[in-house]
Amino acid sequence: MKRMTRKATRHVNQNEGLIFEKSSAGKAAWKLPPLDVPEVDTAALLGVAERKDLGSMPEVSEIEIIRHFTRLSTWNYAIDLGMYPLGSCTMKYNPRVNEHVARVEGIANGHPYQPEKISQGALHILKTLSECLLEITGMDAITLQPAAGAHGEMTGLLMVRAYHHSKGNARKKILIPDSAHGTNPATAAMVNYAVENLKSDSRGMVDIAALEAQMSEDVAALMLTNPNTLGVFEQDIHKIADILHAKGGLLYMDGANMNALVGKARPGDFGVDVMHLNLHKTFSTPHGGGGPGSGPVAIKKALEPFLPRPVVVTKPDGTLGFDYDRPQSVGRVRAFYGNFGMFVRALAYIQANGPDGLRRTTEDAVLNANYIRKGLEGTYDLPYATPTMHEVVFSDKVQAKKGVRTMDIAKRLIDYGFHPYTTAFPLIVPGAMMIEPTESESKEEMDLFIEAMKSIADEVEEDPQTVLDAPHSTRVSRLDETAAARKPVLRWKPTA
Amino acid sequence: MRYLPKSPADREAMLKAIGLRSVDDLFAPIPAEYRLDRDLKIPRQMAESEIVDFFKQRSRENGDGYTSFLGAGAYFHYRPVIIDSLISRGEFLTAYTPYQAEISQGTLQSIFEFQTMICELTGMEVANASMYDGSTAAAEAVMMAVRLTGRRSVVVARSLHPEYREVLATYATHQGMPLAVAGFGADGRLNLKELEKSITAETAAVLIQSPNFFGTIEDVAAVAEIAHKHGAMLVVSIAEAVSLGIVEPPREADIIAMEAQSFGVPMGFGGPYCGVIATREKFVRQMPGRLVGQTTDKHGNRGFVLTLATREQHIRREKATSNICTNQALVALMVNIFMTVYGKIGLKELAKQNLAKTAYAAGQFAKHGKVLFGGAPRFNEFVVETSQDPYAINSRLLGHKMVGGLPLKKFYPELGNAALWCCTELTTRSAIDTAVGLVAESERSVRPAKEEVEEVAR
Repeated sequence: MKRMTRKATRHVNQNEGLIFEKSSAGKAAWKLPPLDVPEVDTAALLGVAERKDLGSMPEVSEIEIIRHFTRLSTWNYAIDLGMYPLGSCTMKYNPRVNEHVARVEGIANGHPYQPEKISQGALHILKTLSECLLEITGMDAITLQPAAGAHGEMTGLLMVRAYHHSKGNARKKILIPDSAHGTNPATAAMVNYAVENLKSDSRGMVDIAALEAQMSEDVAALMLTNPNTLGVFEQDIHKIADILHAKGGLLYMDGANMNALVGKARPGDFGVDVMHLNLHKTFSTPHGGGGPGSGPVAIKKALEPFLPRPVVVTKPDGTLGFDYDRPQSVGRVRAFYGNFGMFVRALAYIQANGPDGLRRTTEDAVLNANYIRKGLEGTYDLPYATPTMHEVVFSDKVQAKKGVRTMDIAKRLIDYGFHPYTTAFPLIVPGAMMIEPTESESKEEMDLFIEAMKSIADEVEEDPQTVLDAPHSTRVSRLDETAAARKPVLRWKPTA
Repeated sequence: MRYLPKSPADREAMLKAIGLRSVDDLFAPIPAEYRLDRDLKIPRQMAESEIVDFFKQRSRENGDGYTSFLGAGAYFHYRPVIIDSLISRGEFLTAYTPYQAEISQGTLQSIFEFQTMICELTGMEVANASMYDGSTAAAEAVMMAVRLTGRRSVVVARSLHPEYREVLATYATHQGMPLAVAGFGADGRLNLKELEKSITAETAAVLIQSPNFFGTIEDVAAVAEIAHKHGAMLVVSIAEAVSLGIVEPPREADIIAMEAQSFGVPMGFGGPYCGVIATREKFVRQMPGRLVGQTTDKHGNRGFVLTLATREQHIRREKATSNICTNQALVALMVNIFMTVYGKIGLKELAKQNLAKTAYAAGQFAKHGKVLFGGAPRFNEFVVETSQDPYAINSRLLGHKMVGGLPLKKFYPELGNAALWCCTELTTRSAIDTAVGLVAESERSVRPAKEEVEEVAR
């Protein structure tokens, strides 16, 4: 590496094969207690349904498993190692007390069908979290059942459809801005709505004239992310809501960017009718390499009859219980009650913050994004000059002249000890570089990031090939994705 | 606030660098009338010790210390300690979806191993990186069959988990997918005659569960023959993954939709769990969810990447196979570690213990009540019919810190006073004997007033 970085130093990590390559007959990492009931004749009990062999399942010892996964873990980047500025992903610190309380015996081992009488603890958690989220969003009712953001979107649109249906016309389409996440149109299709794109104006906001022209009594809802994926607050939000409501439409808010608003503004106050939250973004539950998430959906009063079954209620005797008797419900979107373990973590996060902490968190998140914007303005092209909230989107316009694109710069960031930003999204910005620092970064860490980004910009001028070939410091260099897709190898197979 | 790494001086310096006077200036883009000028009405900021106390208290109110005979889609198996040791490593816990392959090889290789083991256990050729849970995996598998066959209607076994059926009904509502339900026979298995009657030239998929909701192992080969004869696909849901250690997997299925909670995932009052879809290689391009594939870097080193992404929402938007984005990765890692710990021999021995405990318990119950569906093999659940309301029996058991079987009348009114009992390797003989004794005693005693029963047990 020609340039030295203050953030990271190369160090040795261990090679490790696939677990199957370590397996040999007779090794074991398990021990069962002696059977305290009579042995059974499995062949007699199961007949043809008896399984004889488990194929190439591994046989390894405990120490090998510990080393295997520990070694693999060291090949990952993580929030615990440093800044993870993925735009729209809100990669914030995942507090460890959340993990601790999620593992307390009665919370970790509660059975979803145990009698309500001995489920009051879990019900209390569901109720308290629901109340907190309603206060934070300014909405009237909520379901915690959806398992992730996209699942929340589906649940929200099912309620939108049920609402319109109850008024005699389910309507035909959903308006979606061209800056939206891919899940929005994919969700609309799952609920059998046609998708109509809505273009953004020169400020990166919803084009009000276009919205007025496209709004009709066929439109069920507008799915809007606010702040949107440019990190821009939709300043005409009130007008947008009015245009929709005037023709009987609903305003759906994708809450992916709620980290810009908690404690500072409430969607329920600015005209939103339905919204989902991502507990794995705004409320600090860990991403875990891609999940689990949790996508509660909050709604206004008019949509309450359509909530998924069951709903938590306080019974006449003061205890909590589930109400399944919801004749207008959209039904169930998942077995049981949702990703309960994530509710525990999100509630612990809210408790650790309180009203003052949540407000300060939002302020720091927005402060950090603006600090990065200031630091990199001039070095990278800023396609929209509109004020930034929690994330900022640059483009590779300047660097593209040297043949270096957003993905190349992102890969080079890895050599400087950072996780890349989100590349090539939102689609309305060619060569987008979408940066969301979150509140979890110190001034020092962001100064290092700004320094790294500037250094890469210099490299693009002096020695673009170094950037084009990045990363140079990782175990593997850029991988052949084309070959992976052309002839997929999706599992290990024993060599004959 | 202890999670925020800035001093007041840092904030001042940063504001100054940006050219702003106060933090409020940062929020100027939000119209003034929508800015919240008060504290949120939520609990005050709490110390870590207070948070721990709060949840310990909730734990005490949540069945802590009870012996349970509940299964029905959520199973109490032993979780080896190293699962939590390993998934607690920040490099797994706090990493994002592995889109940047060069710094995500740990997650990617572990998913590749997960996919391999799921294939090995289910007898399928490809498995995805996970779905939300067993119920949504089943619904998505059916929608996959609809795309593959170009047909629309679905036949669902009544012996499929009732909540899975409800989820499928929700997903199907706006897809123009008519659902027909086929009942079960006296042996608890899918009634093949009813299946024959329900299936038509428009049937895209037949969806069954095996072991089914009653713990009974379906005759998958016979069901497959009927489905395939009519050009429909067979989708098999597996809710109790441990069964795969001793029960032949449904190899005749076209798609398997699994719930892997039994493999090292805490019951956690219903989630997060780990759904998976597995299928034949030729159907992979209609599969929802993420897939990891093997490839090489420019030096020829083996490496892993997310692949076949052209199926997914971030590329295809409204034309994607599903809207799923975030899945259950960390839970899939628990499952992966569990499968690695037990492996080829341990999974079989574990499953055999489940079988033995259940056979013993069913035998003991049969002495005092009626055990239904004896005509077909079962894994670790069985249905006991009593003369008394099972809610009454359960309230008696609760007094002994025991949770009895799940009363079935809520889902199957036709089964009257039947309850679904489950035994795993963690169920002791003495717990079984105590429960059987209490049920027998209850059966001999006077039946309490119905209202009182509902008061106590619900």
